Amino acid sequence: MTDLAEQAASAVQRAVAAGAGDAEAYATEAENREVRVHGGKVESLTAATQRGLGLRVWIGGRVGYGFGTDLSAEGLEAIAARAVEAAGAADEDEFAAPPTGNRKPPDVSGLSDPSRAESPPERIAELALAVERTALEADDRVAAVEQAVYFDSGERVAIASSSGPGGEYETTSCYAYLQALAEAEGEDGRETGLGFGLARGPAGLDPVAIGREGAERATEMIGSSKPASGSCPVVLDPTVAAGFVGLLGRAVGADAVQRGRSPLAERLGEEVAGDAFVLHDDGLDPEGFATAPIDAEGTPRRRTALIEEGRLRTFLYDSYTARRAAAASTANAGRSGYRMPPGVAASNLVVRPGTVSLEQLLVEAGEGVYVNDVAGLHSGVNPVTGVFSVGASGRAIRGGERAEPLREFTIAGDLVSMLRAVGAVGSAPRWVPFGGSVSVPSLLIGEMTVSGS
Amino acid sequence: MSGPEKLLDPGVAERVLARALAHGGEFAEVFAERRSGLTLAIDESRIESVQSGVEEGAGVRVLSAGTTYFAYVDGLDPADLERAASEAAAALRGDRAEPQALRAQAPPPQPIERPPGEVPAARKAELLRELDERARSAGAEIAQAMASYGEARREVAVANSAGLFSGDDRTRVRIGAQAVARRGGRVETGAETLGAARGFELFDDDPARIAAGAARKALTLLDAGPAPTGTMPVVVGGGFGGVLFHEMTGHGLEADHVQKGASVYAGKLGETVAQPLLAAYDDGRLPGEWGSDAIDDEGTPTQQTRVIEDGRLVAFLHDRRSAAKESAAPTGNGRRESFRHLPIPRMTNTYIAPGEAEPEAILGEVEKGFYAVSFAGGQVDPATGDFVFGVNEGYLIEAGEVTRPCRGATLVGNCLQALAAIDAVGNDFWMKTGICGKGGQKVPVGTGQGHVRIASMTVGGTEV
Repeated sequence: MTDLAEQAASAVQRAVAAGAGDAEAYATEAENREVRVHGGKVESLTAATQRGLGLRVWIGGRVGYGFGTDLSAEGLEAIAARAVEAAGAADEDEFAAPPTGNRKPPDVSGLSDPSRAESPPERIAELALAVERTALEADDRVAAVEQAVYFDSGERVAIASSSGPGGEYETTSCYAYLQALAEAEGEDGRETGLGFGLARGPAGLDPVAIGREGAERATEMIGSSKPASGSCPVVLDPTVAAGFVGLLGRAVGADAVQRGRSPLAERLGEEVAGDAFVLHDDGLDPEGFATAPIDAEGTPRRRTALIEEGRLRTFLYDSYTARRAAAASTANAGRSGYRMPPGVAASNLVVRPGTVSLEQLLVEAGEGVYVNDVAGLHSGVNPVTGVFSVGASGRAIRGGERAEPLREFTIAGDLVSMLRAVGAVGSAPRWVPFGGSVSVPSLLIGEMTVSGS
Repeated sequence: MSGPEKLLDPGVAERVLARALAHGGEFAEVFAERRSGLTLAIDESRIESVQSGVEEGAGVRVLSAGTTYFAYVDGLDPADLERAASEAAAALRGDRAEPQALRAQAPPPQPIERPPGEVPAARKAELLRELDERARSAGAEIAQAMASYGEARREVAVANSAGLFSGDDRTRVRIGAQAVARRGGRVETGAETLGAARGFELFDDDPARIAAGAARKALTLLDAGPAPTGTMPVVVGGGFGGVLFHEMTGHGLEADHVQKGASVYAGKLGETVAQPLLAAYDDGRLPGEWGSDAIDDEGTPTQQTRVIEDGRLVAFLHDRRSAAKESAAPTGNGRRESFRHLPIPRMTNTYIAPGEAEPEAILGEVEKGFYAVSFAGGQVDPATGDFVFGVNEGYLIEAGEVTRPCRGATLVGNCLQALAAIDAVGNDFWMKTGICGKGGQKVPVGTGQGHVRIASMTVGGTEV
């Protein structure tokens, strides 16, 4: 057993000794690095080690949670005492009980990339500098790069439980992004463009592609204007589609459903999407960044069909919501770190690619709007009803091709109507880290409300 | 003892700073922090999600030739701090530099009457039950109520190679209420919050009123029609309406954006950016306000900074580093989410000062327009000035009267144009709490204003 697994097991024992009926510990240890560059110079170089432990305890039907950074014997004792005290303030919940099951987790390989540990600070700094340089050299109209950032992390997770499930694993991940600024003579204002890439290790990142993407996204927006208001076909860029798929991922969470806070609550088995839209939650996709042998409460990860033939097949469950619905966990307990107890969360949301190229999607749209970016997905959406109105920018679609740039408009509708209006799905998916871990191609929405001038 | 010595021994701090400068550098700093907190929630009339934790750690940074070298560790043992110092210095190749001797000087923290940590958890649960009952009793159409309680204490100490040694002891409490109203297939939500850099005394004066407020919003929205679409005058409500100014102007005044040319306000210092009726401030010293602290996270005492005077842009918001770049004084805006983050220029409490207009007159002069009472949130691209706001409570204004409620409205615009288009500022004024994100760091900020009118703005709704 590693130190981390021992600390997790020790925390569980201490909680039981302190009066908990059952306990579950989640311990994590990470090494992170970050490089920020600007104007051809390294602006900051960060190196960090992090560790922490979260302890969930059950006393009858009462649940408490304690966490801390001190993993010494006294530190674990204090965390156990806090968790037990917290449970005392909670009300009884008849469905509250620790997860059970002893299924062996699947073997998942390839979660760690040795190129991370093998890359010294100079090399990752050069990668970030190359991202910035590429964007500046790609187009004369790129005036500056606000910031180019490289980040990587190596993390170990250990879960121990008095009721059975547990395990440990190690992952690495890294990403780089930039915000390019473009301007042109005779045009007011400036435009920004985001370029990004993600991989398990720095060897998997292509700094040239990232820099070019930022430059293209910024320069294509020069000279933009507001579109006319109206209803029209809309094509969503994968980065935009991913945000909406992320919303959908929350709406299929059993927690939101059971508490009556999901637009999909009463729609199991119903038609909720166009036939072309097929969605899976896949905790084992080798390319997914949420992939792991177990979920955040130790249940072995799996693959779950969410939407097929347009119909909603299931909701996503952790152990608590599964018990409440008399269903089985779909291994969708997620965590945003040791400070928070696990809750229902999608793992990797994967939209099945279609057979239609982006060019054909645009032809099918004919006259409409290509949405390249949205703002306000956190504030402009009613999570209970799925009604949304978000700021957007992108390009006009004229005669089946991308035409002049558009900004300062909104797209509005509701999630289910939008899904039902999906007319075609592009053939080139992309992994996007916004709104969870999502793999999605471009989507053609038959009709949407666009508000401009 | 409330000084920085409680968290960070000065002898250890001096050793850590010397180690941080072992391979050169113009400046070194150690920031130590102990944060403890408790949160709980009520949902389905049941107290749940009771969470309690303590985290300790430190961040060490070294500045050399324009580059920041930063390392952070969990734990406050001298060995942890020295390890962080060694890691921060690892990539430097220069000759040793000497830090100055430390001089302890810490202004008094925000006063706390009743430390929340000393109040029994059962009392906090009781508070949430009051909120739950108040929301549920607001009407038969209230289908659900949720509420949350959070308390946090951050003890911080900061020492740097220029001899600064300071600290702060920050306590914040906040409650939130959310209600869901249902009529047939129609479902609407409303939310309200109450928070301050104060102790449990904040809840002496009928805290459950926020639950009633959240329920009222949700019920109002049941009667709402689609939001209008198009360009029209927009009146923004007081309090959280100030988030509009926070987003569309405040971020562009943060000096890091300005110095990179990534702010629409770059090069506009001294210029007229608004009509003469507009004055605005950032003030980290407002007693008990959500964004107030005694010092910023670099040890600079917080202050009141006038940013717009008679419509003219007069100041940017600086941390030490951005101030040094232009030989300006830091303004107490170097803030960080935790010891795991580098300080950057951030707002504290940002507000439009009260004007002279009566709120009724501001609305009464509008023939056809939109009244945005409060926002769900918003964001801005500081480089282009483009912003977007989700309105969670909004109404039509017709012939000077506030008429029917609207749902799903979004305000879209560009900050330079929108700021210049403010043609009335109300004499009413209050502050609200917010959590602001920038560069992956979240910090508590206050926003405030009275009623403000923007002569012309794009409203994006669902009505075509």
